[in-house]
Amino acid sequence: MPESLLELEGVEARYGPVKALHGVSLTVAEGEIVAVLGANGAGKTTTLRAISGTVGRSGAIRFAGNSIAGRSPESVARLGIAHVPEGRGTLSELSVAENLRLGAYVRRDRVGIREDERRVLGRFPWLDDRRGQRAGTLSGGEQQMLALARALMLRPRLMLLDEPSLGLAPTAVAEIFRIVRDLNEREGLSVLVVEQNAIIALEAASRAYVLEAGRVAVEGGSDELRRNESVRRSYLGY
Amino acid sequence: MKRSLGIGLWALAVVAGLAVFLLMPHLVSDFHSRDLASAGVFFIAIVGLNLLTGYTGQISLGHGALMAIGGYTTAALVVHEHWRDVWTIPLAGIAAGVVGFLIGLPALRLSGLYLALATFGFAVAMPSLLKKFPGLTGGSQGLSFFESAPTQITGVSGQVTIFGHSMTQAHFLYYLTWSIGIVGFAIAWLIVRGGFGRVFRSVRDSEIAAVSSGVNLARTKTVAFAISGVYAGVAGALLAIQDDIVSPLSFTVLLSITILVGAVVGGLGSLPGLVFGALFVQYLPTISTHVSTRAGVPDFVYGAAIILVMILLPTGAGGLLRRLARPLTTRLYTRP
Amino acid sequence: MLLAIDWTQLAQQTVIGLSAGGLWALLALAIVLIYRSTGVINFAQGEMAMFSTFIAWSLINHGLSYWEAFFLTLAISFAGGIAIERVVIRPVERAPVLTIVIVTLGLFFVVDGAARWIWSSETRTLPNAFSTRPITIAGVAFSIQDLGNIAVSLGVVALLALLFRFTKVGLALRATAGNPEESRLLGIRVSWMLALGWGLAAAMGAVSGMLTAPALASFDQNLMQPVLLYALAGAVLGGLESPFGAVVGSLLLGVFVNLTGTYVDWIGTDLRVPVAFAVILGVLLVKPTGLFGRPSARRV
Repeated sequence: MPESLLELEGVEARYGPVKALHGVSLTVAEGEIVAVLGANGAGKTTTLRAISGTVGRSGAIRFAGNSIAGRSPESVARLGIAHVPEGRGTLSELSVAENLRLGAYVRRDRVGIREDERRVLGRFPWLDDRRGQRAGTLSGGEQQMLALARALMLRPRLMLLDEPSLGLAPTAVAEIFRIVRDLNEREGLSVLVVEQNAIIALEAASRAYVLEAGRVAVEGGSDELRRNESVRRSYLGY
Repeated sequence: MKRSLGIGLWALAVVAGLAVFLLMPHLVSDFHSRDLASAGVFFIAIVGLNLLTGYTGQISLGHGALMAIGGYTTAALVVHEHWRDVWTIPLAGIAAGVVGFLIGLPALRLSGLYLALATFGFAVAMPSLLKKFPGLTGGSQGLSFFESAPTQITGVSGQVTIFGHSMTQAHFLYYLTWSIGIVGFAIAWLIVRGGFGRVFRSVRDSEIAAVSSGVNLARTKTVAFAISGVYAGVAGALLAIQDDIVSPLSFTVLLSITILVGAVVGGLGSLPGLVFGALFVQYLPTISTHVSTRAGVPDFVYGAAIILVMILLPTGAGGLLRRLARPLTTRLYTRP
Repeated sequence: MLLAIDWTQLAQQTVIGLSAGGLWALLALAIVLIYRSTGVINFAQGEMAMFSTFIAWSLINHGLSYWEAFFLTLAISFAGGIAIERVVIRPVERAPVLTIVIVTLGLFFVVDGAARWIWSSETRTLPNAFSTRPITIAGVAFSIQDLGNIAVSLGVVALLALLFRFTKVGLALRATAGNPEESRLLGIRVSWMLALGWGLAAAMGAVSGMLTAPALASFDQNLMQPVLLYALAGAVLGGLESPFGAVVGSLLLGVFVNLTGTYVDWIGTDLRVPVAFAVILGVLLVKPTGLFGRPSARRV
């Protein structure tokens, strides 16, 4: 079996005295889109935070075979993991262009960065028109796309997407997921996406894990999960 | 049964505290009595500031200036109107309370650091303002009780007689200050336990929530400022009485900083730690001089101690006390 | 009535005001820099600047020229600022604002005490940075020193602006100031950015101190205490969140304080400090975010 790109085994996480994850295990293989679903408070965002190191955690976390469980967020980014947090993480006081530039902060290959900038702007041409605009003045959907574009500037191997649909109109949500799918198919980008909107997530992902109270309750291929009525009703809300 | 054990412990602590208070001057020299009296001044100001900052969350770096109001009221009454020094205390408190209220009004529109800045500016400006009205304040020389009205100083002869009991002036100052301190502490405790205390705390924790539950935000915050002003004024008056002199240098911004440090080190939002806070700010500079009397060393040690305390005990002594007391009280009040 | 104004005096006092305001602006910038990145006002900024000034004095005393000492002191202050952030501020980076305020107040005493300990309290002088000869422009006499101060202040501000706008580090500093958590995810070492901010702030304070001292007949450890208040007032006037505002605010304040001091007898030189305080209070009451501040979410 090919080595997974990302592996979590028995990961626990806590916010101060409160334990949010009680032993989560999941994998993401190279070139996959995997979804993490569940109700509010189930621990989805915490799972992503555990990977990027922005919450205190324990357990095994391996990226491309190497343990990253002790690494700081700054060094996780350097490994090529782009974490797009809840709320987009837009650097609101900076311009669109500056946001993009900072996406490539950890990279040193100036030629590659310029190339990627061109590709990213090609994919999101309207960003080019707004280069000087303060990022905080963009709409929610635009900021989400900026966040995606910025993450791409890292030339990541793995993208962690936290609730991309939050606060967006359905057309914007559809567009975001279309872009994610496209990136996955054409450029082989691996994605771990956390979503409350299970329907749209399962359309894009090939596999999913459903969390409940900090544990994996159900896992499987998206088709299976979609067809399973009881799973849908109990965990996915539809 | 367990509840009465808890209350019993508290009563014991109170009695022990009172015993210490009464007997202390007899156990230490006159010099130390004066030091303790000085600590008492800090204690009163700190209790007042705690009501403001610890309970309604308004940061003030200007309480030294409020003490100046109290101190100068006392001095002006003694020097210009020939009042007896101790009788000026209530008026000094009221004067500072009024100024506190007046500060509380614009303070309504400020919060957090902005309020700290504004009160900081007030404290820095106070000495200049005091010097500007020499007719009233004696300008940069200040007002000296000895020079202008020595007969109004209680204990100027060295001995004070109360209810037939004779004691040295130092002891008198100690008892005067700490009795007022204890009464002030008790009043603060009652305020905190009572309706006002709940209202204060609700304002500190969430202004929005407080307003939506019907709290009159403006009145609460200005009242808190006024009350803490009274405490500061009384403290300032006692400072004037202890030193028998006031000058702009007695009330610089360093005093305001000292009071705030004492309140924070003592533990905001909690009363028991405040005695520790007062002793901390009184004795730390003294202890620092024991390290070396070379210029600057005491300040250095003082500052370093403050930093260390904040790093190790971000919630102050009061926080530590609460944490230490918790295992004990939970054992008393909950089932095993 | 307008024609009765002594334009010469007005021009001269304005320049003097700008000169003072420019030096305050440097300290104000330092304060704003730290405020934006950590949400805290460093009440010890003035004392740190004073300490740097004393270092410069020592270097000059050991034979360096004024400008040699100036630049060496800048480097030392920069390193010192970083060191202070790492040792004193880092442990309380995540503590409540009041705790950090108290820490900076403690730092005030530490730096002040250290300065009095290392260099005794006797007064000293610092040689002039610029010649004290007057220079005549359009028939009005100005002091080269004042013009020099203005030039240096604006120069430092311009350098800083360039740093922030056009360098990667500057960009990272700005990102950290506004969105520290998001910046970490981008790989920015936020903790070191904070240290860098403190280093830059210390360096700017040093410039302020090293130019303030020569203007006085003599100086001692109290040198920067009034400057701190003026800098705070200038920063508040311009907007605590806005570096540009801090500079403009301080310059305006310098002119305002000087002109009111010159033309309003009752204020004279005695009440300059209360005037600054009145400005702080007025601004905070009318428009807390200052002239150039945007009402943005801040960490209080």
